[in-house]
Amino acid sequence: MDLNSRIPEGPLAEKWDKHRFEMKLVNPANKRKFHVIVVGSGLAGASASATLSELGYNVSCFCFQDTPRRAHSIAAQGGINAAKNYRNDGDSVQRLFYDTVKGGDFRAREANVYRLAQVSVNIIDQCVAQGVPFAREYGGLLANRSFGGAQVSRTFYARGQTGQQLLLGAYQALEKEIARGGVRMYNRHEMLDVVVIDGVARGIVTRDMVTGKVQSHVADAVVLGTGGYGNVYFLSTNAMGCNVTATYRAYKKGAAFANPCFTQIHPTCIPQSGDHQSKLTLMSESLRNDGRVWVPKKKEDCGKKPGDIAEEDRDYYLERKYPSFGNLSPRDIASRAAKEVCDEGRGVGPGGRGVYLDFADAINRLGESAIRERYGNLFEMYARITDENPYKVPMRIYPAVHYTMGGLWVDYNLMSTIPGLHVIGEANFSDHGANRLGASALMQGLADGYFVLPYTVGNYLASAKLAKVTADHPEFKAAVDKVQAMTDKLLSIKGTRTVDSIHRELGNIMWEKCGMARNEKGLKEALELIPKLRDEFWNNVNVPGSGAELNQSLEKAGRVADFLDFAELMVTDALHREESCGGHFREEYQEEGEAKRNDEKFAYAAAWEYAGEGKAPILNKEPLVFDNVHLSTRSYK
Amino acid sequence: MSAGGLNLTLHVWRQSGPNKAGKIVDYPATNISPEMSFLEMLDTVNEGLITSGQDPIAFDHDCREGICGSCGVMINGAAHGPMKQTTACQLHMRTFKNGDEIWIEPWRAGAFPVIKDLVVDRGAFDRIIQAGGFISAPTGSPQDANSLPISKLDADDAMDAAACIGCGACVAACPNASASLFTAAKITHLGRLPQGQPERYRRALAMVTQMDIEGFGGCTLFGECQEACPKGISIDTIVQMNRDYIVAAASEREEKVEMGAG
Repeated sequence: MDLNSRIPEGPLAEKWDKHRFEMKLVNPANKRKFHVIVVGSGLAGASASATLSELGYNVSCFCFQDTPRRAHSIAAQGGINAAKNYRNDGDSVQRLFYDTVKGGDFRAREANVYRLAQVSVNIIDQCVAQGVPFAREYGGLLANRSFGGAQVSRTFYARGQTGQQLLLGAYQALEKEIARGGVRMYNRHEMLDVVVIDGVARGIVTRDMVTGKVQSHVADAVVLGTGGYGNVYFLSTNAMGCNVTATYRAYKKGAAFANPCFTQIHPTCIPQSGDHQSKLTLMSESLRNDGRVWVPKKKEDCGKKPGDIAEEDRDYYLERKYPSFGNLSPRDIASRAAKEVCDEGRGVGPGGRGVYLDFADAINRLGESAIRERYGNLFEMYARITDENPYKVPMRIYPAVHYTMGGLWVDYNLMSTIPGLHVIGEANFSDHGANRLGASALMQGLADGYFVLPYTVGNYLASAKLAKVTADHPEFKAAVDKVQAMTDKLLSIKGTRTVDSIHRELGNIMWEKCGMARNEKGLKEALELIPKLRDEFWNNVNVPGSGAELNQSLEKAGRVADFLDFAELMVTDALHREESCGGHFREEYQEEGEAKRNDEKFAYAAAWEYAGEGKAPILNKEPLVFDNVHLSTRSYK
Repeated sequence: MSAGGLNLTLHVWRQSGPNKAGKIVDYPATNISPEMSFLEMLDTVNEGLITSGQDPIAFDHDCREGICGSCGVMINGAAHGPMKQTTACQLHMRTFKNGDEIWIEPWRAGAFPVIKDLVVDRGAFDRIIQAGGFISAPTGSPQDANSLPISKLDADDAMDAAACIGCGACVAACPNASASLFTAAKITHLGRLPQGQPERYRRALAMVTQMDIEGFGGCTLFGECQEACPKGISIDTIVQMNRDYIVAAASEREEKVEMGAG
């Protein structure tokens, strides 16, 4: 497998400029002759679709929701990073680059991260021009807040709805282009296969979720912006529809899947309330600006009301263990620290799986109205879900699956190992290494979609020699038949288990064996359990209804089928990576409770190649070279 | 489940497809935890239906955090149910008591045709946005973000209006099935900002015209929309929309054709 990262030559700071100049351009009059398919309409997909259309390409955009505005980017709360240095606190492109590489525990590709930091400043300009109502100071200039893993204040925000406002900006640009005729939008369509002809991606097969019609779409380039795979855990902060199907099926067609075991467990989520739970709700990391995290020092205090526990009997464990970053330690570290104190029996709330996030000090210092101004909507959401008033009693939080750093392997041009198949946003693996810093997902999605992909797709189209292909091509017919056969199979099993019950069971295996902490024994057990559950699914699942109508059980069944395959790949990756780094914490590899990397053996991206049904995937390695950042042990102490 | 479980009777609108006849069907919902969200209660009922060989109730939902705008049903005649500023996914069963009967229906509006059961087609909202609910700022063109100071008050007002999640509760709650609150929220969000000024009147005219084309009713200021809105968007935005629309209609003139420069 060719894992050429195509990183341009030259000094880090000049690579992107140089590359932009060297890339081939498509003549404006020829652009409309090229058809580009974009799957997904989140920050990455919507911004890419709109921008490609503005440039003159003929774009088709697909989403499974009823409108592109509902893509899960909408749920991001806290903010978006950019190296504007508006605070004059010493920020720079170099510092954002450094923080991101370090935050990712030195498992990301330097050149991509540097470019991300460079274009971050353009994103804020672009979004403001579109009318994104970022928070402002009284002087009319943009406000900032701090986020984990950084000692500068570089996060731009729109109350607790930053993702919503950025997505609406991209969505509105997309709708503008739909109205102009540059983009054709396919709502309620699910991509079920990528079609590869003569070694290059030439289109996709979709199912119309209302009529059930399976259809071929031919294109000159295909872009996947289909998000992450956190729902392999069943319970996560992802939306219910988030799935791995598009990326996993691309993997089966030859796209390498990189670092699938790198998953992010977010430290501040509302704890689970019972077995009925369908998803978990995040409380923005921005809350850690003013909230203090603590648990009782003594186990026997855990049952007491928090107000009855004296100050000296509280353990502000993040402040104690990481004095320089304190409550703003990176996500993986804060999550593991919470697990640790709960494992010691000092957790609070039902089942002892929770820690306090306390605003009392901030309310005393700044007043309740200042806190309401900053986090009002988050406090309301918390109160609605838990029936508790966080202005009066501390919030209870617990880590939950939130984001996946792994994804399809891409080169510097965001192209996968299948030529013509590009991957953007959370769906690719490139920028966050083994741990993503807060407020960096929005930055990456928009960087890819607005400022990187539109150039690199042009370069691909100008260089590729593509033969004319129609939907009658045997590869399209074969893909349609395969999709149809899978639908028929799922509907024919008529067993006794619901799709959700099997998904829940899979999630439980993954959380227990491949969650916040992993070890060889547990991972090997997971490799026994997953195939058994997969057999159970294919022999005993019950999918009601038909394929020729809106059938939500059928949609879920297809996604869970892919999760059942993908889970094994994830565990295989976690087992092979005999080190701890970022979100991947192998219990065997630690030093005083902190992750212990092994740079000698594992300073590479693990790009897994599909080897065929029932065969072990093939490991390919892209060595990670750090010329500009000194490889060091992450310390937030 | 604990003794605190609720036993309820659901009366649910079932409709097998677009243009098919629908009817209310009764289902028991037993042993429902008060900690469940309304949609988790529906999940539980659906698991039972599937297990007993019946077709589960179709409903739109995705983020379950009250922000994506996918979910939305009439619950006992109220859009998103009885709790103010709360989407159906954020409504918790502790709001109900043992023995309650709950009527669950899809949004009712000519412009939102039913697709199946509780799922409706809200594509009309996208087309209203397409008509002008944007600022034309192609990627790559803007100046530095801080080169345009915006007063905090204007930014806050814009944000209040921009909080709309496009769920359609305002339409469902309106006796006229008007989309005025949805349309006005976008007109206000963009019209309150300096970036939105160049297209302000054009936008108002185009969006209001599209709203009429889609078959939404007119606004007679009942105010039901603002009561139902899960994001608390105020009908003051409709005043803004009407003002911009009137100015736009009065000053409408043919656009000049751009002549070639060589």
